[in-house]
Amino acid sequence: MTDDIQARTNILEMQGITKTFPGVKALQNVTVDVQRGEVHAICGENGAGKSTLMKVLSGVYPYGTYDGDIVFENEVVQFRDIRDSEAKGIVIIHQELALSPYLSIAENIFLNNEQKGALGLIDWNKTNHEAAKLLARVGLKENPTTKVRDIGVGKQQLVEIAKALSKRVKLLILDEPTAALNDEDSDHLLNLILHLKEQGITSIIISHKLNEIKKVADSVTVIRDGKTIETIAKTDVTEERIIKDMVGRDLEHRYPDHTPHIGDEILRVEDWTAHHPQDPTRVMVDNVNITVRRGEIVGIAGLMGAGRTEFAMSLFGRTYGSKISGRVFIDGKEVKTRTVSEAIENGLAYATEDRKTYGLNLIDDIKRNISMAALDKLERFGIVDDGKEFQVANEYRKSMNIKAPSVLSKTGKLSGGNQQKVVLSKWIYSDPDVLILDEPTRGIDVGAKYEIYSIINKLAAAGKGIVVISSELPELLGICDRIYALSEGRITGELPIEEATPESLLKLMTMEKPR
Amino acid sequence: MSDLETKPSDTTAAGAQVNPVENKFTERLSHILGDLGKNGIFIALIVVVVLFSILTNGILLRPQNISNLIVQNGYILVLAIGMVMVIIAGHIDLSVGSVAAFVGAVSGVFAVQWGLPWWLSIILSLLVGALVGVWQGFWIAFVGIPAFIVTLAGMLIFRGLALVVLGNANIGSFPAEYRALGNGFLTDLFGEFELDPLTLGIAAIAIIALFVQQFRTRKARQSYGQEVEPFAWFLTKLVLVTVAIGLFAFALASYKGIPVTLIVLAVLVLIYGIIMNRSTFGRHIYAIGGNLHAAELSGIKTRNVTFWLFVNMGFLAALAGLIFTARLNLAGPKAGDGFELEAISAAFIGGAAVQGGVGTIGGAIIGGLIIGVLNNGMSILGIGIEWQQAVKGLVLLLAVAFDVYNKRRSGGR
Repeated sequence: MTDDIQARTNILEMQGITKTFPGVKALQNVTVDVQRGEVHAICGENGAGKSTLMKVLSGVYPYGTYDGDIVFENEVVQFRDIRDSEAKGIVIIHQELALSPYLSIAENIFLNNEQKGALGLIDWNKTNHEAAKLLARVGLKENPTTKVRDIGVGKQQLVEIAKALSKRVKLLILDEPTAALNDEDSDHLLNLILHLKEQGITSIIISHKLNEIKKVADSVTVIRDGKTIETIAKTDVTEERIIKDMVGRDLEHRYPDHTPHIGDEILRVEDWTAHHPQDPTRVMVDNVNITVRRGEIVGIAGLMGAGRTEFAMSLFGRTYGSKISGRVFIDGKEVKTRTVSEAIENGLAYATEDRKTYGLNLIDDIKRNISMAALDKLERFGIVDDGKEFQVANEYRKSMNIKAPSVLSKTGKLSGGNQQKVVLSKWIYSDPDVLILDEPTRGIDVGAKYEIYSIINKLAAAGKGIVVISSELPELLGICDRIYALSEGRITGELPIEEATPESLLKLMTMEKPR
Repeated sequence: MSDLETKPSDTTAAGAQVNPVENKFTERLSHILGDLGKNGIFIALIVVVVLFSILTNGILLRPQNISNLIVQNGYILVLAIGMVMVIIAGHIDLSVGSVAAFVGAVSGVFAVQWGLPWWLSIILSLLVGALVGVWQGFWIAFVGIPAFIVTLAGMLIFRGLALVVLGNANIGSFPAEYRALGNGFLTDLFGEFELDPLTLGIAAIAIIALFVQQFRTRKARQSYGQEVEPFAWFLTKLVLVTVAIGLFAFALASYKGIPVTLIVLAVLVLIYGIIMNRSTFGRHIYAIGGNLHAAELSGIKTRNVTFWLFVNMGFLAALAGLIFTARLNLAGPKAGDGFELEAISAAFIGGAAVQGGVGTIGGAIIGGLIIGVLNNGMSILGIGIEWQQAVKGLVLLLAVAFDVYNKRRSGGR
């Protein structure tokens, strides 16, 4: 009988969803019920499985590639692709907006859904007129013929929603909708979601910003490690409860033991400021001051968009940003890091967040990837010593336990963990004083993570200064000696590991700029 | 070197103990097949040569024709060397034909109109080519304009300048030493014999050098614990190559000896082969083409590398222009027409990848030779220029399609 009641009130039931990737169980028996007309928040750490779940729901992962049932409007649905789900009224708006920058707002709204007149030709009057009506519904005061590239991200987000409305959306899914927005735009967007709710549109919002969840959500489902933890009704929602659900896993034995032997200061960064590369009025890194000592593993915690990678990349040879200012000291001596080679010469190394795009030459072999940042150590008169290079690479293959038939294997064929070991080998071979590791274990299975942590520990024990940037708080808490929290480009606090807890860190990470 | 003293964990490290039962025979066979796959382009050359030898009743392999083949294609091969490097870095150069024409015209002014010594004319002309490269490299590397656009503009600019320099006329009758670059034979220096001993001597030295080098590399690899191919297969390949060099030398020796163009080419292949295989500069080129971002974030000065690549291309285009002019003994307005397309085809037939990061000098040379044999063979057969064009286009398409198919099958990206 309760089933009958639910059947009437739930617009969506995802029942026992399990999704497996080679070697990884991304979702395990996840169950989410969304009531008609509510705003349902899905909460979880990065990598918990939120986006995977939404991809299952929207047909990006088609029926048959997952186990479990999706019941939408009392009917089991089997989407083959995203068009199937859109036909049923489920529209997903991704974090990276899917708009064509050189087309107008109206053209974007009706992309692949063109407003046609006689002879099947596009009726531009109708297109722009209908677009204007949709823009009014989302509260965007722009001319429909304006090109999308000429409006800000916040407005682009609204265009996406208008596009969803044009498809007669019943269930709107927003993936981290405010991650790239300023406060004003965020407020407008959240109000719009509430406004749409009044018009009967159900929304799922994926977010880890607790304040906005509390503002708009009627219920919250927390996902952790690919499993549903619980669904909390609005009246029971507290920040503490969500945080506990999000991070409350067994931290034992996930991290190797680490006894710090901390020496003198090796890196000091003073007043580091960087602006957005395209928009120099936007401050992305705001007056950051950090220090790292020899043998110390320092964490930088921050939510997505807090400026973690931006800080690291602007520091490492100004590979990000514009109008960069600040001072860098290595071993107490001021150094310049204006180009990557200058940064490397002065003892910095930076292993990027995205291995495949920024870290490796995937079509080349392990050997040449390892030697890439320090080829000068292997050359005489510009000629590389092949044999020595092979030897060096082979030593790293053994010491780092890179699982590959030989160092002549292409890095593109390795698993994520082994690719990361190649990246680390590359930087260790360049013999830096300070290694900045950006999301060193992203997309890596648990066993390989442990190995990476062990490597980090050994580097620290060898007297290097280590900076670990991570969006996984347990990871930072498990391996660091000291953690900085970053929010909106500013350091909002610094906690020694004894005082750091997920709660205390999250508080600092969500601390907003006084306005 | 390594700061990590991780416990030796060889047992787990060798995650690739695929199949210990695999017997020696299949191992050897897989080596040979692997080599054949890698040298597919080489086999294609042999197939083309055999095919046209039969079709032309052996005319293709007559000593005089073999000699002609080298001389007629020398300038394309020179261009192909530079072109494959540019392509490996992920760029393209459409201007080389025009640059070759321009430099040919300029060299005519130096050597004929101003009457400068032949060696000075050549040096100055090569310098002009390098300066053209500086110009194009500047726009590509430091301003950031795509190479396609810059060199398309260059194609027009330098064709135009060539016409300006020529002033609507041909410049002709170059000094004999200059002409030797395109027409000369090494025997000219020592007089003629029935079977040129110099050619055979140089071939013998080349074979000995090859053996020494191959054995040393093999030994070095073994001493570093690197896996090497089975000895029998290694030796078989060496012997096959030796026989090929021997026959080739014999053919040249029984005609007029070694063409100067061949000497120039051999030196270039040797130098650029080392650059691409063993030098940091070459490594940086591959790294940039394979993943520009990763190269940049590894401290490689990507802009400088790109700049020097185009300077080098300008230099080689100039050299090709000189060889062509020397061969015709004439600097004319139509010189270098379509060279860029032949050079680009050579690089792609030779296994270079459109998206960059992949390719070899040797591959480009063989690609160029395939085009050369096609040109030559079809000319002997009396096939018209229109069909020659069509066939060459088809071969290019099939070569790249085969490459794409191969990569997909082997599970590459």
